Amino acid sequence: MPLLSVEHVTRRFGGVVAVDDVSLGVESGQIAGLIGPNGAGKTTLFNLITRLYRPDSGEIAFDGESLLRTPPHRIVRRGIARTFQNVELFPSMTVLENVLVGSHGRGGRSARELLGELGLDAVVHRRAAGLAFGTMKRLELARALASSPRLLLLDEPAAGLSHEEVEELGALIRRIRASFDLTVLLVEHHMNLVMGVADRVHVLDFGRKLAEGSPAEVQRNPAVIEAYLGSERPQHAPA
Amino acid sequence: MVGAADWAGVAQQVVAGLSSGGTYATLAVALVLIYRATGVVNFAQGELAMFSTFVAWTLTQHGFSYWPAFALTVAASFGGGIALERVVIRPVERASVLTVAIVTIGVFFVVNGAAFWIWSPQVKSMPNAFSTRPIRIAGVAFSISDLGIIGVSLLAVLLLWFFFRFTKLGLAMRAAALNPESSRLTGIRVSWMIALGWGLATALGAVAGLMAAPPLGSFDQNFMQPILLYAFAGAVLGGIDSALGAVVGSLALGVFLNLLGTYVSWVGTDLRQAAALAVILGVLLVRPAGLFGQALVRRV
Repeated sequence: MPLLSVEHVTRRFGGVVAVDDVSLGVESGQIAGLIGPNGAGKTTLFNLITRLYRPDSGEIAFDGESLLRTPPHRIVRRGIARTFQNVELFPSMTVLENVLVGSHGRGGRSARELLGELGLDAVVHRRAAGLAFGTMKRLELARALASSPRLLLLDEPAAGLSHEEVEELGALIRRIRASFDLTVLLVEHHMNLVMGVADRVHVLDFGRKLAEGSPAEVQRNPAVIEAYLGSERPQHAPA
Repeated sequence: MVGAADWAGVAQQVVAGLSSGGTYATLAVALVLIYRATGVVNFAQGELAMFSTFVAWTLTQHGFSYWPAFALTVAASFGGGIALERVVIRPVERASVLTVAIVTIGVFFVVNGAAFWIWSPQVKSMPNAFSTRPIRIAGVAFSISDLGIIGVSLLAVLLLWFFFRFTKLGLAMRAAALNPESSRLTGIRVSWMIALGWGLATALGAVAGLMAAPPLGSFDQNFMQPILLYAFAGAVLGGIDSALGAVVGSLALGVFLNLLGTYVSWVGTDLRQAAALAVILGVLLVRPAGLFGQALVRRV
């Protein structure tokens, strides 16, 4: 049984179907990639899993139990933490305080230890607002890890990072999976990163599930190539 | 040239100004607290403080002396503030800032009316919190009451600062104010943090009311209205989003208004409120973020 299972989930915003009958499962210990062109519904799916949105239909279960009756502030206690596409830190707080807030729900490793693990020792007492973007992203990751999650949702962790930082990020994700005993679901545009770290890749396009498989399988899939490379994009999702 | 006797007079007036400023500061910090948590100025802050003061006055009429009444009232105000948020603010939590601000204006009138209804419109007088004797420091006689009010105001603000800086709950409340969405996902119950903020602000307001009432000699249901104006001016001067700014701004305003009233004969006590309004206007025109506030930069 997968640790996270999304079954036939649909979410509409007005007339737009942002997520359309999507099903996917993430096995315990896996690093799963979630890819798709802009507007494919990836972040919406994240927001559905973390209960910031409510699905119109379908079921989302974590560790065999439905998440749909869990309010957002209890998600972390179920063992799910996330980062955001645009980095949602507490800007006027120090780096240490940001991580301490993260351990609000359920404590685990000490905040100092975490900051060390993510290479943030040097900026412990600096305000989050003044940090370099890459450092902010690592801080957000440290905050998420502070709650000792079992499932970590990363929303475009590579966006805005330099080439070197992206390479380090891949190694970092694999390292924290091992040392924190994590399952990771990763939304990412950076194909090299996804194909390098993911065990399994799920592809969304226009809110629908387009394909699923190992990185190599997905890269060979004609529908995926079409979705990414097709210069004349069809107005409707391919059947 | 100004003689030695005048310097003693100035020192006395400065301390008296700091004393009123301390009261404004306590109320101003309450304003900042709610502003940071919900993005609105709580126009009912002064009336809630007035209501607390009347509760304390009732207790003193039933055999309580000042300080036990003070402690009970501050505790009750904390609970009352939380209850008020749950009943009145919670339903408009997701509404626009303007809606919430209008609700606080509604609370202003309801609380004011309720106080007139419960306690007759005759003026009341509050027992003194401190000895009325003067104390001589370096040859200058200061009022013990003024020094006591300064002490209590600073202590209240300092305790609050300590709470926000060093406790887990304080950290969670700051997080909830800064980024509600992220906070929720770290397990913080944001809505309850806002309620707690109202509780703390109302308790702080009670301290302000209970410091302000005794030196007035007599007070009625409208006695906090000018003090709210001064607290607002102090908070705007310091920066409405900065607690430190609100304290510094309020103390400075207290001293400024007191010196102005004492040494500029045509200002007297009547034009003090006008002077406070002038300060608000001046700050908003020249430096809208205040002395310590963060300038609001909006990306377009």
